[in-house]
Amino acid sequence: MKKKLVALLTASAMALSLIGCGNASSTSGNSTSAPASSGGDLIKVGIINNDPNESGYRTANDKDMKAMFTEANGYEASFAYSLKNDEQITAAQKFIQDGVDYLLLSAADTAGWDSVLKDAQDAGVRVILFDRTIDASEDLYEASIVSDMAKEGETAVNWLKEQGLSEYKVIHIQGVMGSAAQQGRTGALDAQVAADSNWSLVTQQTAEWNAEKAQQIVQSVIDSGEAFNVIYAENDDMAKGAVAALDKANISHGVGKDVIVMGFDCNKWALQELLAQNWNYDGQCNPFQASYIDEIIKTLESGGTLSEKTIIMDEKGFDATKITQDDVDNYGI
Amino acid sequence: MQKNNVLTRLMRNQIFIPVAALILLAIFNLIMDPSFFKITLGYNSVGNPVLSGYLITILDYGSELAILAIGMTLVTAASGGQDISVGATIAISGSVVLRVLCGTNSRPETLQAPIIVAFLISCVAAMLFGAFNGVLVAYFKIQPMVATLILFTAGRSIAAWINNNELPIISDPVFGYFGGFIPGIPIPTPFFIAVACMIVIALVLRFTNLGLYTQAVGINENSSKLNGLNPAFIKFLTFVILGLCVAVAALIKVSRISSINYSVIAKDIEMDAILAVALGGNALSGGKFNMAASILGAYVIQFLTTTLYKFNVQSDALPAYKAVVVIILVVMSTPVVRSWLSEAGKKIKGRTSQKAKEVA
Amino acid sequence: MKDGSVLEMRGICKSFPGVRALQDVDFTLKQGEIHALMGENGAGKSTLIKVLTGVYEKDEGHIYLKGLEQEAAIRSPQDAQKLGISTVYQEITLCPNLSVAENMFIGRETKHLQDWKKMNEAADRILQNLDIPAKAKQQLADCSIAVQQMVAIARAVDMDCKVLILDEPTSSLDEQEVEKLFGLMRDLKKRGVGIIFVTHFLDQVYEVCDKITVLRDGKLVGEYEIKELPRLQLVSKMLGKELDDLSGIKDESMTYHEEDNMVPVFEAEKLQSNAGIKPFDFYIKKGEVNGFTGLLGSGRSECVRAIFGADRVIGGTVKKNGKQIKINKPLDAMKNGIAYLPEDRKRDGIIGDLSVRDNIILALQVLKGFFKPFTKAEANKFAEEYIKLLDIKTASADTPIKSLSGGNQQKVILARWLLTHPEYLILDEPTRGIDVGTKIDIQKLVLKLASEGMSVTFISSETDEMLRTCSRLIVMRDRKVVGELSGSDLNQSQIMSTIAGGDK
Repeated sequence: MKKKLVALLTASAMALSLIGCGNASSTSGNSTSAPASSGGDLIKVGIINNDPNESGYRTANDKDMKAMFTEANGYEASFAYSLKNDEQITAAQKFIQDGVDYLLLSAADTAGWDSVLKDAQDAGVRVILFDRTIDASEDLYEASIVSDMAKEGETAVNWLKEQGLSEYKVIHIQGVMGSAAQQGRTGALDAQVAADSNWSLVTQQTAEWNAEKAQQIVQSVIDSGEAFNVIYAENDDMAKGAVAALDKANISHGVGKDVIVMGFDCNKWALQELLAQNWNYDGQCNPFQASYIDEIIKTLESGGTLSEKTIIMDEKGFDATKITQDDVDNYGI
Repeated sequence: MQKNNVLTRLMRNQIFIPVAALILLAIFNLIMDPSFFKITLGYNSVGNPVLSGYLITILDYGSELAILAIGMTLVTAASGGQDISVGATIAISGSVVLRVLCGTNSRPETLQAPIIVAFLISCVAAMLFGAFNGVLVAYFKIQPMVATLILFTAGRSIAAWINNNELPIISDPVFGYFGGFIPGIPIPTPFFIAVACMIVIALVLRFTNLGLYTQAVGINENSSKLNGLNPAFIKFLTFVILGLCVAVAALIKVSRISSINYSVIAKDIEMDAILAVALGGNALSGGKFNMAASILGAYVIQFLTTTLYKFNVQSDALPAYKAVVVIILVVMSTPVVRSWLSEAGKKIKGRTSQKAKEVA
Repeated sequence: MKDGSVLEMRGICKSFPGVRALQDVDFTLKQGEIHALMGENGAGKSTLIKVLTGVYEKDEGHIYLKGLEQEAAIRSPQDAQKLGISTVYQEITLCPNLSVAENMFIGRETKHLQDWKKMNEAADRILQNLDIPAKAKQQLADCSIAVQQMVAIARAVDMDCKVLILDEPTSSLDEQEVEKLFGLMRDLKKRGVGIIFVTHFLDQVYEVCDKITVLRDGKLVGEYEIKELPRLQLVSKMLGKELDDLSGIKDESMTYHEEDNMVPVFEAEKLQSNAGIKPFDFYIKKGEVNGFTGLLGSGRSECVRAIFGADRVIGGTVKKNGKQIKINKPLDAMKNGIAYLPEDRKRDGIIGDLSVRDNIILALQVLKGFFKPFTKAEANKFAEEYIKLLDIKTASADTPIKSLSGGNQQKVILARWLLTHPEYLILDEPTRGIDVGTKIDIQKLVLKLASEGMSVTFISSETDEMLRTCSRLIVMRDRKVVGELSGSDLNQSQIMSTIAGGDK
């Protein structure tokens, strides 16, 4: 009896969490099909993505996809969202059965996709990966559109080098250890510190993408009295936490001030901080893959071939002295 | 002899463990780097006098945990279980505060409502979610960990939904006072808020029977019922009180960065809060409790965290170090080790008194 | 070692901080003997048992077991078990959510647990052998307390024990169940097992035991053949003084004379609770002591629980001093001046970790209200007053109640209710599991309270206790009130026949 009750409540809790997740019914549930179109010449695409609530990045990514794959642009799109690989695979199978022309996939996990992608190939469904790669033979998909996290790091470190400080004392706040973004963004800085004796890390700790932890890490350095002049935070949230600690301790930051503040991801609010010259740099992690995908599909439909399987997106780094309101509006997520 | 008696009595006292842990940590820091205890008076970017130093940081950042420990202690005492949803409900409560302050625009130039109104509304919301947990535990008799697992899982999504998954940012500097400094006062505000909460709970425990009732219910529900108590209501009440603590902690949390990140705000804080209760020497199976020991336990945890940050412990190894220290502290606080310690103490005492006799 | 003994304990000493629990105690158990270990609470019985079973380590003395050349080294309960010493405690220490067979074999070095079928067969064989009405696959919780007790014994016996210790095994059993248990004990005796029987029930000692060893204040008083020690002498040896006859208090009870025109203090009509009792009528007048009697499970406790609102009341009306009142929960009853000392002290009475002081003031505190706590000084005054009044033996008012002996715990609970100055006091088995001295104290107290005008309902499994205290008995059978006895009808045989329901 008791067990049943618990089961019931847990189930209702799950239901509750679903309500919680979806801010509109169209974004909750496993798959929601767009209304069947009467036009026969629309290109049918099935899009499998991660939950848009996961992060600001994902929300922007999903918005971008929704804006691109519309009937007006010649597409009939169905969407499915999940952070779980097995649910994504189920959705993929359903799309294949529905006879989509293209399967667009941002996989939750790198492994386990071989058989379903073979099914897709047999059924004549073409697969395009976006944002994330998978461990499968390249033959199984047409193209993969990804960010190069290492390059994001290099862009940022190169920008920092150009600032021409006589000495670089960096507080390095890392993301969740082992994530692709952390590895890429850490790698470039580590290499530079190892190569140049003018560069040193005051501290290098993970704040796990968490603003509060970043604030504590910077607070700890301030308390210790060690000098520093750069904060290299691997995302905007952590940079914000770091700045909160600086503000509390009367340490100036931003353009022409004592401490250079660097963040990543180009959240709109972060770019506004740049515009106000409170921060110095923000590196982009481009969520806008839809136009790339559109281009690939157009090429394939017109019988063309792709020069490369892996397409790395352009990713900018914004400098507070050069950023404009247009940049904020166009690139802020 | 007299001194020894005082020592054994102290060792038997529940508060001994957190005090001992605190002293150990302090001695460790003193040996490694005495500058740990340095406190300096400076001026912050707005030109206000502020005290800074590791000790101030501990008092500052330990505040939320201390406030949560108050509620968690009561819940533990009455229900014999713990609320693991406090991190998620802090997200909800913080989200409510921001939602009320921002109205429909997520980046308002001016606040859309007075801060006190936002705070009171968030208190109501947090108490309602506490009540939800309380009903499941007290009236449906679900194990507290299982019951609160529901909000633990769903809470952060609810928090995101409250603000339409947007990221509100408050630009009004007054809002930052709660997690920072009030102009002219060099001590961080969170510490004042924590002290206020401690005074309130001390008064409540002194001028009501909350302590007696929660302990009675936690120790023996049947007896309590036959003595005219309503065990279910008392358990329910403790969850509502914890809800209030959550609302206060959430205000500090969102004020610290004038913003919120639903998925990481107050992450894992429930574990630290439970740990504070355990470090205070309170049985996690409920019953008797010592509120002061729990609160001290919370500051011990922050002391430990700050110490680890200070020594620049390799970032990904940080939790492991923390775990080791925690294991030592918790094992030390178990009755087994404590009776062993007091026996050892007695032996030493016996030997010294024997020696004293010989000398005489 | 003497011939025929299975166990000899010589010169056992054991001290706790501040207390010398055992001083130079000897104890001898022969093969195939049922040996009663008697003494008041605090006499050292349980300490002796715990030394023997390895729970405590002895300070001095020697223990010899049959078949061992040298002294037996018992440092832990596991040691004791290996040496063939098994214990069955008053509280069932088995796992209620496991099957009977699992309970019999768990924690033992046996391969049975690896083969469920074999295990169940072996268990069934043992149960059948000992004539225990349980099935191997049954869940233990589904068995009656008596059967659970027997399963515990079966487990002990099957572990090839030479010495079986039964610590208050009968306190929660009714008469037939006790008979069954005695049958089992006699059977084991024939098989040569030495049994140490610890109990408070004198009748049972004389029914089943061969020998008695009496302890008092941690010292050995003596070892006696059962035939050579009449009851009265046994009691006086336990108390350490010549007893002014147990029935000496009886006269006082005769002073109550019911006056017909008096309005009852409490009155119930067709009262019924969800605990399965038939609707019953009841009344009690000022200064009266009455009681519910009947076999265990006849509904005695359920009746008083219904009066107190401890179970959910589903029908009937109740009046206090002639005025109709509503009792839906214990607090309602308390507000109407009713107090209830429950049957199961451990489960429903004490709040174990709380101090004696908090336990005493709890009920009055609840009556006074959530926002009006007593000051420390007030609470101390109450506690000290009642500790003195009831002669509660405790180190201080700060001592947790769980570290007191059973009798003193009971006195604390009594103090709790007396402190509320009730008009009507219900005592459900107040004397169970406590020593003779306290028993008499409580009986005397009941009569004294009644003479001061308090109404008391007294329930006890020991009929002679009820006869000594009550002026009116309500007899129950099968959850129904079947008769009421008072005046000259108040005697053993009349009660028996009413319970049995033969001749009416």
